[in-house]
Order: sequence, then C-alpha cells, then structure tokens
Amino acid sequence: MSDQTTTERARPEPIKAVPVRHPGRWVTIAILAVLAAMFVHLLVTNDNFRWSFIFLSYEDGKRGVMFTGPVLEGLRGTILLTITSMAIGIGLGVILAVMRLSPNRILSSVAFLYTWFFRAVPRLVLAILFGNLNILWSRVGFGLPFDKQIGDLFGIDNFNGQFYSIRAVDLLAGFVAGMLALGLSEAAYMAEIVRAGLQSVDQGQTEAAVALGMSRFQVLRRIVLPQAMRVIVPPTGNETIAMVKDTSLVAYVPVAGELWFQLNAVSARTFVVFPVLVAALIWYLIICTVLMIGQFFLERHYGKGYGATGRARQRLRDIEVEQGGRITTTGEGT
Amino acid sequence: MSDVMVRAENVHKSFGSLEVLKGIDLEVRAGEVCCVLGPSGSGKSTFLRCVNHLEKINAGRIFVDGDLMGYRERGGKLHELGERDVAKQRRSIGMVFQRFNLFPHMTVLQNVMEAPCRVKRESKADVRDRAVALLDRVGLGAKTESYPGQLSGGQQQRVAIARALAMRPKLMLFDEPTSALDPELVGEVLDVMKDLARDGMTMVVVTHEIGFAREVGDKLIFMDGGVVVEQGAPREVIANPQHERTRAFLSKVL
Repeated sequence: MSDQTTTERARPEPIKAVPVRHPGRWVTIAILAVLAAMFVHLLVTNDNFRWSFIFLSYEDGKRGVMFTGPVLEGLRGTILLTITSMAIGIGLGVILAVMRLSPNRILSSVAFLYTWFFRAVPRLVLAILFGNLNILWSRVGFGLPFDKQIGDLFGIDNFNGQFYSIRAVDLLAGFVAGMLALGLSEAAYMAEIVRAGLQSVDQGQTEAAVALGMSRFQVLRRIVLPQAMRVIVPPTGNETIAMVKDTSLVAYVPVAGELWFQLNAVSARTFVVFPVLVAALIWYLIICTVLMIGQFFLERHYGKGYGATGRARQRLRDIEVEQGGRITTTGEGT
Repeated sequence: MSDVMVRAENVHKSFGSLEVLKGIDLEVRAGEVCCVLGPSGSGKSTFLRCVNHLEKINAGRIFVDGDLMGYRERGGKLHELGERDVAKQRRSIGMVFQRFNLFPHMTVLQNVMEAPCRVKRESKADVRDRAVALLDRVGLGAKTESYPGQLSGGQQQRVAIARALAMRPKLMLFDEPTSALDPELVGEVLDVMKDLARDGMTMVVVTHEIGFAREVGDKLIFMDGGVVVEQGAPREVIANPQHERTRAFLSKVL
C-alpha cells in the first residue's frame, strides 16, 4: 500500500539553498595569486635569467644552451642511464624479493644482506667507488672461478680458465660503472617494494592457483605478480623519477655523456652559472613530467578489475535492479 | 579397487604442538557425495586441504583414485614428490574455497580458461568453447567479460566451480562453499552443486548445510576434535544420531 502512495506522490521542488560561504579560502587564494604574480614578474623582468641564452642563442649560435649538441647528447645519456639502471634495479629487485620470501634461510639472508649493504651506502659514494673499482683487477671476464688456485693445485703454472675477458679499465669505468652503481643500489630498494607487493596479495590466490595444478613459477608470473603490480607500480614510479635525478651523480664517476656533466661543463667554460642551472632544471622537469604521464597509464592498466569506477557502476546497477530498472542513465559499456 | 576415489588411512596432522587431525579413516567411492559436518575447529577443512596436499600430513596415507598423495613409495621407503608431480596429482582434483579466491585481475572467462590453457596446454579455442559452456551451465553465460569484483558472492562462487570443472577433475573438494554468502544467495550455489552430483561427480563437501547433506549426500561424516565421531547414510545420522556429540551439534544447527 505504501508502494502506491510513493508512485503517485509528485516529486518535490529541487532544493535551492544559499551555499555556505568560505571566506578563508578566498583569502588564501588572494595571497597565492599575489605570490604567483610576483613569481611571473620575476621571471619576465629579471635579466639575470638570460632566457635567450637558455632558449635562443648561445655563444653566437642559433640555439639556446638547452638544445646544443653536447647537452642533447647528455640528455640522451641521462635517459639511457635511467632506463638501464632501472631495468637492472627492477630485474634484480624481483629476484631478491623472491629470495627474501624463500623458506630457505640461506637464500633469504643473502637477500637481506644485499639490501642492508646497498641501502646503507650513499649513492654518490657508491658511484665514485664503482668508478675506481678497476683498481682491483687488471682484467675482468667469464670463466672458471679460482682458476689460478686450481692450476697451482695440479702444478700447472698460469693456468687460465677464462673464456672471455676484457681490460678492467675499459669495462669498469664511465657509463658502465655508473650504470652498475645506480642499478645495484636501486635493486635494494626495488627488492623491498616488490616484497611488499608480493606480500599484499591474499594467500588464497596462491592456494587457488596451486590447487588448479599451476607450478610455483606460473603462480608467480600469472597470478601473484600481476596483482602485486598494483602495489608495486606507484612506488616504482617514484623510484624511476628519483633515478632520473640521481643520474646526475654519475657526473662524479665521471661519466661525460650525461646531462648534468655537460651543463656543468658549459657553466665552467662560459662562467654563466644561473641560466645553466635553470636549463638543467627545465630538462629534468620535462623528463619527469613524461614519466608521470606514463605512470598514470601503467597504474590504470594494472588497476583492471579493481577500479572504483567498476564497483561504483556495479552498485548503480544493483540499485537499478532493486528499483525495478528505473534508473537508465548508466552507460553499459565497460 | 579403483571404485574407491578417496581413501584416508589413519591421517594425522599437527600445526606445531596443536594436533588437528588425530587419525582419520575414510573412504569415498567414485560417484559418491560425501558431506563432512562438524563444529569449527574440528579439523574438517584441514582434512579437505590434506586430500589435495595443500597441507602435508604428519602420519598416515591418503590415496586419490589409487594414487598416494604427495609421496612415492619405493623399496619400503617414502619419497616426497617434487613440485611438478604434486601439481600433476592436483590437476585432476578440483577445489572450491569458502572465499571463492577468484583471480581478481582476470575476467570471468579468463579465470576459467587460465588453468586448462597454462597447465594442460590445451588449445585456446577448445578451452574457450568449454569454458563458455561451463559458465552457461552455472548460469553465468552472460557474465563472461565481467571481472569478479563486479559479481555477487553467489555468482563468484559459481564461477569458482566452473573454473575447477574446466580442468575435468575426477574429484571435487568443497570447503564450506556457501559459508561466506548472504542467505538468499546460498541456494543458487547449492543448485549448481546438486546438478553436479546428479551428473555423477565424486564430491567431498565440508558444509554446514544440513539440508543439502540430507538431500544430496550419499554419506555423512561427523567430525569433532580431529576424529570422525560418526558416519553413515545422511538421513539416518541426521534423524537418529548415535553419539552424544553428534546429537548436541545437530540440535544446535537444525
């Protein structure tokens, strides 16, 4: 009987009330506006920025310092260094995380010792250390370990078990040293991030997968990791952005093919310091902006099946069913 | 001999110092529906998980279709089976969990297709046809592209059953399949299970649904404190329990 009355009752007027005022917000906005105006005024009127030096003409050239050859080379090096060291960091990080969670005590302690060491050492120190690492060996290569000692054991002089080797100074210097320093250090941080991600996945997922006859590797690859990604991606984005900036540390390895090294060289040569710093700042801003956009899409991809939108849409559909399908404004496409 | 699908002999299981199973003997024949009842903490779920070797037992033997689960007996000595062999044994045993445990990052169809495609490496087209047919059978033919999070609990559990069936198991284990469901959704899951029983599937069902046990079960096991207190035909046990403990339990749930 109440049904009838509700369907027959006319819909009341929509509420038109005077909204609550927020004077505090407006004061804050006014202050921010003044500060922003001051900042823009500074950028435009202060000649010490030397915008033309940055963007238009540098040393009689037609291009600003941001776009000169060596600086663009340095930019390429920075991007390449970010990608390679993050690849090492993520790959090794996943392995370390799986080792850390292994029921085998030895494997998990090795992973723990690794993260302990590389998290404790400052990256700058590590970068310079790796730049000088070639002092330890004359040649590095692949082959039988302890070949000399084995040779001595059997009375063979200078027994050489190396299949392939290269002079240490050629390999462990510059770019490779910088890449290893950053990548190995990153792996320690990534290991912790991946571990947190793996542990965030419900144990029931593994059980269900194992009960279906999946192997441990399949469970990790198909079930656990994809779900862990939801937890792993945001901090990894953070790490990647931090890495872009940390590549500037390898200027002290030294690595010449790197953005900060190149721009530093320019200011050393021309005695123009501040505009060069601004140029560096702008490049780092651009790279990190691109990365953040990439992260947005990556997060959306791994959020499949979780999204608040999906759940909200479902709730709406439930209400619709409950009310006999009267709400028809929802778009059905998923 | 091969008529017996599950045979448990004096199964013991402890977690640390806590002994959960204290000698379970049990036999389920092929095509039978065996319902396991008991208060929580009685070890019934643990026993079910021992059947497909999700838990390692400490003593005794469990055979499924004549195969010793988790071990190989050679020269009077027991050898633990490697991961690959255990996985092979599990392939023919379907399991349905209390909390569904569907893979939330995959669509319903992908959930059902995952194991046959990855584990048995069957052709995708065949598996897809079979998966769609199975989803139709559990009444979810229209939901193939939905994600588990978009389904109700009852729908999710029916997908979980279809996922287990996609591996063409010879035995199905149900671990309190309706305990996490709203009362009005229990029926749809039980209907699917009844349909399965009618088709001759061998099933071991840990449940609190006395009605289901009475109607569908061929055998009822009542467990308490890690032992089988009473077993027999469901109607007889429910109507006329012989043990004090069984009587007390049934009087509370009926």
